[in-house]
Amino acid sequence: MGNFIKDNLNNDGVDRRGFLKCMAWAGTGTLCVLQGGVLKSFAMSDIAAMTKQDKAAMKGELSFVQISDSHIGFDKAANPDVTATLREAIAKINALPQAPEFVLHTGDLTHLSKASEFDTLDQTLKAMRTDKIFYVPGEHDVLNDNGQQYRERFGKGSKGDGWYSFDQKGVHFIGLVNVMNLKAGGLGTLGHDQLEWIEDDVKHLKPSTPIVVFAHIPLWAAYPEWGWGTDDSAQALAYLKKFGSVSVLNGHIHQVMQKVEGNVTFHTAMSTAFPQPQPGTAPSPGPMKVPAEKLRSLLGVTNVDFLRGKRTLAIVDSPLDGASTTSSYHLSRPESESESSLYGG
Amino acid sequence: MMKGILSRTVLSAALLGTLGWAAEIHAKNVTPAADEKPSAIEIKIDNFSFMPQDTTVAAGTTITWVNRDDVPHTVVSTNGKFKSKALDTDDKFAFTFSEPGTYEYFCSVHPKMTAKVIVK
Repeated sequence: MGNFIKDNLNNDGVDRRGFLKCMAWAGTGTLCVLQGGVLKSFAMSDIAAMTKQDKAAMKGELSFVQISDSHIGFDKAANPDVTATLREAIAKINALPQAPEFVLHTGDLTHLSKASEFDTLDQTLKAMRTDKIFYVPGEHDVLNDNGQQYRERFGKGSKGDGWYSFDQKGVHFIGLVNVMNLKAGGLGTLGHDQLEWIEDDVKHLKPSTPIVVFAHIPLWAAYPEWGWGTDDSAQALAYLKKFGSVSVLNGHIHQVMQKVEGNVTFHTAMSTAFPQPQPGTAPSPGPMKVPAEKLRSLLGVTNVDFLRGKRTLAIVDSPLDGASTTSSYHLSRPESESESSLYGG
Repeated sequence: MMKGILSRTVLSAALLGTLGWAAEIHAKNVTPAADEKPSAIEIKIDNFSFMPQDTTVAAGTTITWVNRDDVPHTVVSTNGKFKSKALDTDDKFAFTFSEPGTYEYFCSVHPKMTAKVIVK
């Protein structure tokens, strides 16, 4: 699996040796966190045994989960029971030592935009232990009706095709829709109205505000040949240039891919339904059938923790089988002006 | 005796002639003769492609698209002339091309899938 970090560590000034040591612990489900320029690791199982002091230090921090591409209604060979694997993902989330404050679903909730599929998704997610779920639609959610059904059920309070923003503990979240009005031969698209709204939405925010953008199709050119990109995302990112920390969370490609470009981290999540091939390794990007015992190593959820005091972000991908070594990490840069003093040699 | 053989021969010949005639009728409906163009064509959708990608037909031809892929696709012309609903696996969409011209179309769910129909 291509779950390696594709960023340029040298430019970021991160202590390479420490980072690589942390990567070696990846398979055990370890949370690596950069604190004051020093890498600290927490085994997921240890978090439950943390001291009061440690837990107090974690308080006021923000943790949430991203799930994606549940494709309720899909029933072909790659996974005949996508509702079952979604339930397993929910069980995994419910087993976290600390319940996430909310969950982001980055689209393709359903496979065919059917009412019964939206119903099943709604019912299934009720078992998830969290206060709120935020959604953005995938192209499979807006078939036949320009997204009307999706917006009625999951887009209350959103603008236009279903975009919106909200704040949690000082972090500004922006949910975007890039699966509507797609043009022949094109990629995902945000469109003029949405771009204008983004510019206006972030205009008055301080540059130190951490930003999380979430949308279905990747907002960078992950693999344009297969439509894995967004035609006009550069304009959106231009409006976010002033911010010290921007994290972009996407779905659509049913595998983990990461990229860091300056102050922006791009990260895609696994699907809870079925895997897709890595770029260029198959004739097309459709559902990929794997041996039954391998399926759950390629499906999963993403845990995201913001350590507000240090302004760091940790992203941990957890496969459903919990045993494979495909967890991955990203360490965001702290506020840029103090960066050079925080990093060791 | 001769009369019997003759009559049986005639009967057989007539029968064979009838069969041949029936076979010709049947063949006409399945395989067009060289000087005829088919009035119905099928385009298969599979592996995120329209197959064939370029199709040339005579005006008046009906094209039927069949989705054999395991994800839904749509058939949407770029000039607004035709637009299917989302086609699940084994679903079909048909359109009769009465006017000559070039009709570019794509899948609105996976817009990298493009193709065209040339109507003569």
